[in-house]
Amino acid sequence: MSDLTRLTAVETAAAIASGQASAVEVAQAHLDRIAAVDGAVHAFLHVDAEGALAQAARVDAAIGDRHSLTGPLAGVPLALKDVIVTRGVPTTAGSRILEGWRPPYDATVTERLRAAGVVVLGKTNMDEFAMGSSTEHSAFGPTSNPWDLTRIPGGSGGGSAAAVAAYEAPLAIGTDTGGSIRQPAAVTGTVGVKPTYGGVSRYGLIAFSSSLDQAGPCARTVLDAALLHEAVAGHDPRDSTSIDAPVPPVVEAARKLDVTGLRIGVVKELSGEGYDPGVQERFDEAVELLQELGATVTEVSCPHFGFALPAYYLIAPSEASSNLARFDSVRYGLRVGDDGAASLEEVMSATRAAGFGDEVKRRIILGTYALSSGYYDAYYGQAQKVRTLITRDFTSAFENADVLVSPAAPTVAFPIGAKIDDPLAMYRQDLATIPSNLYGGPAMSLPVGLSEGLPVGLQVMAPTMRDDVLYQVGGALEAALHDRWGGPLLASAPELEV
Amino acid sequence: MSAPVPYDEALAEFEPVFGLETHVELGTASKMFCGCDTTFGAAPNTHTCPVCLGLPGALPVVNAQAIESTIRIGLALHCGIATWCRFARKNYFYPDMPKNFQTSQYDEPLCTDGYLDVDVDGEVVRVPIERVHLEEDTGKSLHVGGSTGRIHGASHSLVDYNRAGIPLVEIVTKPVTGTGKRPAEVAKAYVTELRDVLRGLGVSDVRMEEGSMRCDVNVSLNLPGREWGTRSETKNVNSLRSVERAVRSEVERQAGRLRRGERIVQETRHFHEDTGMSTSGRSKEEATDYRYFPEPDLVPIAPDRAWVAELAAGLPEAPSLHRKRMTASLGLSELDSQAMVNAGVLGLVLDTVGAGAPAAEARNWWLGALAQAANARGVDAAELPITPGEVARLVALVADGKLTAGLAKQVVDGVLAGEGRPDDVVEARGLAVVSDEGALGKAVDDALAAQPDTADKVRGGKVQAVGALVGAVMKATRGQADAAVVRRLLLERLGVDE
Amino acid sequence: MPEITREQVAHLARLSRLALDDSELDGLAAQLDVILGAVAQISAATDAADVPPTTHAVPVENVTRPDVVAPSLDRDEVLAAAPAAEDGRFRVPRILDVE
Ligand SMILES: [Mg+2]
Ligand SMILES: [Zn+2]
Repeated sequence: MSDLTRLTAVETAAAIASGQASAVEVAQAHLDRIAAVDGAVHAFLHVDAEGALAQAARVDAAIGDRHSLTGPLAGVPLALKDVIVTRGVPTTAGSRILEGWRPPYDATVTERLRAAGVVVLGKTNMDEFAMGSSTEHSAFGPTSNPWDLTRIPGGSGGGSAAAVAAYEAPLAIGTDTGGSIRQPAAVTGTVGVKPTYGGVSRYGLIAFSSSLDQAGPCARTVLDAALLHEAVAGHDPRDSTSIDAPVPPVVEAARKLDVTGLRIGVVKELSGEGYDPGVQERFDEAVELLQELGATVTEVSCPHFGFALPAYYLIAPSEASSNLARFDSVRYGLRVGDDGAASLEEVMSATRAAGFGDEVKRRIILGTYALSSGYYDAYYGQAQKVRTLITRDFTSAFENADVLVSPAAPTVAFPIGAKIDDPLAMYRQDLATIPSNLYGGPAMSLPVGLSEGLPVGLQVMAPTMRDDVLYQVGGALEAALHDRWGGPLLASAPELEV
Repeated sequence: MSAPVPYDEALAEFEPVFGLETHVELGTASKMFCGCDTTFGAAPNTHTCPVCLGLPGALPVVNAQAIESTIRIGLALHCGIATWCRFARKNYFYPDMPKNFQTSQYDEPLCTDGYLDVDVDGEVVRVPIERVHLEEDTGKSLHVGGSTGRIHGASHSLVDYNRAGIPLVEIVTKPVTGTGKRPAEVAKAYVTELRDVLRGLGVSDVRMEEGSMRCDVNVSLNLPGREWGTRSETKNVNSLRSVERAVRSEVERQAGRLRRGERIVQETRHFHEDTGMSTSGRSKEEATDYRYFPEPDLVPIAPDRAWVAELAAGLPEAPSLHRKRMTASLGLSELDSQAMVNAGVLGLVLDTVGAGAPAAEARNWWLGALAQAANARGVDAAELPITPGEVARLVALVADGKLTAGLAKQVVDGVLAGEGRPDDVVEARGLAVVSDEGALGKAVDDALAAQPDTADKVRGGKVQAVGALVGAVMKATRGQADAAVVRRLLLERLGVDE
Repeated sequence: MPEITREQVAHLARLSRLALDDSELDGLAAQLDVILGAVAQISAATDAADVPPTTHAVPVENVTRPDVVAPSLDRDEVLAAAPAAEDGRFRVPRILDVE
């Protein structure tokens, strides 16, 4: 077969199921691709060639004797964000403090991927503990955007998005607390989905902000994303916040390719100031296209979205300051300064100072402040109330619209280093994505064109547990755009010299 | 350091106010938020998992039985049961606490506003209950290198997380006032009664010696009619006797300072079982800010009203009522039962009767040999390592003539020495009664030979003189002979019949 | 918004067990001031006054598990990940403050 790394997940699974290619061949082809380009991209923190080939061999054997491992993604390679724990395979969350840690258990997502016959190639780079929008805050060095190696791939899940965009894997898992799946998807020309909060189990997802974190699929096509979504979603008794209801019919929806009569609301507050004109143009064109496809488009107003960013930067750091307290040099991970004389408190403090990067320290201090007695009501408490107002904005908007749309990221990929010393500028990358995290509803970013030669993403937001509508809109829009472009946007990405 | 003022003197001058926070480990099979075994005494760290070790990514799920037990405790203490409440994170660093926050309840406890009536010298005192809430226990540290095994002077510590995450119920009284001359007695009576209530509910085995019930004691003194004084909090008071001693010693210490016009520092003090004294710990001025916030990994608890009503209807009879009814039905005199209350053994006597022993026998054991043993050890009878069931078994063995009174006493010593249950001790020490005439024949002949004049006296009609001979035989057989049989044999040999 | 002082940051750093030197404290104080200045606008959401806070995006209640014992981890595997272990326990430096 031609280049196995260029196939979609659907094509790959079909090739393996029909015997045109073995799962081992597919895995090896991707391992070779990683060996060839990841020196330049640095999407991976750890490549598990042995584990990948072993799982691929299991799939081949299973296909031989018509075994249960022959699901719709059996044998398809995947890149796993390093914030998801994998038994016996290094898991760092992009932090020094966990360097070398081999978890004694698997995340629910990891288990479900294995059960689906998915071949996990390795763990991808990310901003430390998912705190960032550029992957520059990884303790192990930045990841480059395959479209332009001097630019950021977005974050925190830049590694997962870059791996998919660079054909190192057809699929990846990301996590999205304020946009960490969608903004990287937008700036790398890939598809990324944050499912409804509680749709995918958080058991084994190293917590950044427990009430916002949600794992989801990264892919090169909407249908591929839907298949991965279906494989990992569903109730998990080990996660108390996991929703005990059937997974929305996302795959079926992705295949509809029809949006006639669908009501699409353009969010007034998610445009204008702070959004690149080029980004806005591609977005407007895409909305027009949706109209041509038979959808009705209206403008909706969500008056409290302006408070989403401040609410997020109070809630997330507050929860993070508590979630990251467990990294204390006692049970696992880094320990420094234990010279036999130093006290435990001194060793803990030295370890955390050495093991956490600047952005993580910044957020721990901010969160500790926001939760302190005397400040709680003005900060964390107020932010939780604003969260209610934002939720009300969504619910009233969904009375007049089936989905809401906006640019997924306010800008295209910016040069590495451009915003590293300006936290607020970095935080503004998530202007459009944060509202859905605060509300809990699902949201998708898919490529809708280029600006300055770099990808632009459109965000679709749906009511909670209506993840299927995202895929219906995304699938139809993607098909129309591919017709217009004569193929996927990624096809116009510059070749990485091998 | 001003000299303490004797208890009675101090209370003649000052009015005491005290409060008690009691922590009780629930007797659930598994831990509060994970499936780990709660059995006491397992090898260190063998009852641990990702959840109770606070491994990255792990999530808690509430143990339904712990919720039910806590509600039943609240109902037994006449509390109101919350219609909706949440768990909260109490954030502070301590190596015994795997996540460096304790999952507890803050401003939304499961149960509030109750009371417990306790009997002090025949008078009923009502102790008001502020709240009953559910949380998780911590691990245990072993302090190495120090002379005393205490934390101070230790070179390092070793942590065992088997106990981490065991469900812990915290029962908090309101400030108890008006106890006049006997705050210490009331405090002890309250904890004793609380223990009986918990045992009656069957929610905990309440073994203070194993630390499954622990008290923190708040005490303050004020001049009659004046506002309450500054309170101190004495932590880890781990026996009924210590509760009394802790209040007593704190009353005496504070009176000493107040007399000299010295102020009472609001501080945490640590009680030392060995000395019965407390030493100053962290002063509350520098108390840590716990930064409580609702636990985002758990969802609210809203106990169904009908279910709560069911639980209320299913409560066992209150120990105090049970005692009244039993003592009456057993025909124990008021005087008798008061003596047993004062000795803190009434419950034990009743349980022994419940286990099948005649009331008189049970009473004699607990007010006699066992009361002495408790005194000798400086503990309460209830804290002796012998159960009412075991005492009842002893009584039965004597009744069946398998043991003599003397042997039974030896068996008790064995049980208290930890040699096992009564039958094990009888077995191990070979304490069976010898009534086989052949075996006794020789000892009888020896006795007659050794005391010819006594033998003559008996022959001469002074039958009661046979006692000396019986004694000699018993001595020779180390008390194992059946005295009645010995007497008959002797009289036969001497040709005397009564 | 009160200006954040080095002492305040030092207190927060101690609460969160972060050993930071003076230059780091000053740097953080400055950044915290800027960030808090930005997030402080949340107080402008005056209509938040009489709405309930949202702590869970998707409201669910009474999620519990039956009181059933499940297998624990293998101790050797657990302790293998620890920076220091002794006698089947996690070894830590001497503990100063007593909770
Ligand atoms: Mg407590
Ligand atoms: Zn556990």
